[in-house]
Amino acid sequence: MKIVVAVKQVPVRDASIHVSSDCKWLQEQDLSFEINEPDAYALEEALLLKEKHGGEVVVVCAGPERAGQTIREALAKGADRAIHIESDDLVKLDTFGLARMLADAMRSENADLILTGLQSDDLGLGQTGVVLAELLGIPHATIIMEVEKLDGKIRVKRELEDGWFQWVELPLPALLTIQSGISKLRYATLMGIKKAKTKEVRRVDGASAGVAPASVSIERVYLPHRRKETRIIKGSPAEAASQLVDVLKFEVRVI
Amino acid sequence: MNGVLVVLEDRNRLSWEALAAGQELASIAGQPLMAAVIGDPVEATQKKVARVYAVDHTLLKNYTADGFTTALEQLVLAVQPCYVVFPHTYQVRDFAPRLAARLGQTLIADIVGMRAEGTRPIFVRQLLQGKLNADYRHSGDGPCFVSTQAGTFRPETVAAGECDVEVFRPQLEATQVRAVPGERFRTSENTVDLSSAPLIVSVGRGIKEKENIGIVEEFAKALGAELAASRPICDNGWLPMERQVGSSGQSVAPKVYIAVGISGAIQHLVGMKGSKSVVAINKDENAPIFEVADYGIVGDLFEVVPALTAAVLKAKGNSK
Repeated sequence: MKIVVAVKQVPVRDASIHVSSDCKWLQEQDLSFEINEPDAYALEEALLLKEKHGGEVVVVCAGPERAGQTIREALAKGADRAIHIESDDLVKLDTFGLARMLADAMRSENADLILTGLQSDDLGLGQTGVVLAELLGIPHATIIMEVEKLDGKIRVKRELEDGWFQWVELPLPALLTIQSGISKLRYATLMGIKKAKTKEVRRVDGASAGVAPASVSIERVYLPHRRKETRIIKGSPAEAASQLVDVLKFEVRVI
Repeated sequence: MNGVLVVLEDRNRLSWEALAAGQELASIAGQPLMAAVIGDPVEATQKKVARVYAVDHTLLKNYTADGFTTALEQLVLAVQPCYVVFPHTYQVRDFAPRLAARLGQTLIADIVGMRAEGTRPIFVRQLLQGKLNADYRHSGDGPCFVSTQAGTFRPETVAAGECDVEVFRPQLEATQVRAVPGERFRTSENTVDLSSAPLIVSVGRGIKEKENIGIVEEFAKALGAELAASRPICDNGWLPMERQVGSSGQSVAPKVYIAVGISGAIQHLVGMKGSKSVVAINKDENAPIFEVADYGIVGDLFEVVPALTAAVLKAKGNSK
């Protein structure tokens, strides 16, 4: 089974964030980046399926030079090769434009299965995978917890709201968006890191993709207004704790 | 093109919030408000909207992304609305991006507000799990697709009324529906009912290791509170799934909700927004949990929580 995994590089989770001077995005120069967490689970699922059924895992990532680090980490974990779509201004694209770029880069791979995370930690639109499936003309299912390969098709467990689930069968090729936390992520081994250096990374120029102007764009990025006045309790841990207990006892009255 | 078309989801209260958003949008754009329902339109016909489309086809009885996308594509092409609004449910997340893409558009997903710029709307969404807001604009021809976040638009703003109902029968063939959906099921009945707990101490990623859960457990015990958790804690198996609060777990409304090491991703917040008081303990003063907190301690939970346990025990001892 040939599996393509689309991954994104995003700012690390607890990064301190500053808005860029044009107020259109973030100041990136002081930020650290890592693989988008749900995408890490999509990669893990692809590697598990390959171990079980054989085949190949190809990682696709769009981003500037720094995305190369995320690609190398994926190769070190066991992906066989990668496609790096080089682009410095992904933020200017809307999902439709970005998905077109990804679709163009992976169409010739003729994958049996395409996996990606259910959403990104930065934009959080949760739709790149679904749009990609539409552009490639293949069926999809979202928020997937388990994948079983059958003959020429797959059976997947979808998460629904309020603790409900559903099994769905899809013919291959298909695209799945993977839920975070469904397995234990592996670490790259020393051997894996060594091997990664010899693996193929095909570079595609994102700028030449001929993407149409975005119909949806970010006008301005800013800190949210506080909707609620939060009383911050200061002092040493012991002082703060004792003050909070007073609040619980005398104001909220639960002690 | 004219009008705001709100696509309601059968038996989902978030639909009425989306309809409220549609009403706001209709007033900004000066256009009529319409609704569409796949399935039974009865409730929608009791709202003050210009028209309700009842989308009807045997292949739409069970939800599939292919069936819903194709049916609604035909409806949008027939009605030609300027705006199409959805509630941001798991089902909408599954098909609405595909529908927008089929018409060459991008869904503006999970909006938390809107405002007028003349007769054009600006939509507000959250970035980086709620750390930042962003204003989004739609331009060019073609309908604009948006979905609304749970709990952001007020359903009671939509007045009751009567309206026209038009049955819309899309052209659908069985071969167009590629997925075969199974029955919906629950893996286990919840044995822990957090929804009626008056006091909840909830733990998140900040706890770092399974071994550390004990300090939060002791605090909950001292306080006489139920122990709960955010999703990553239950995914890791550090606490059972039935203690999870959030969109995929339980919804709670205690007198006091104490969030320990929880950053406050929206998926968690929708499950605890109903709490009367919220206390947040987090090392990051910019964590979104402070957006909904009444009281906060910015600090290291590994120092603060044991101090709280001691202070609670002392307070309880003194009151005897």
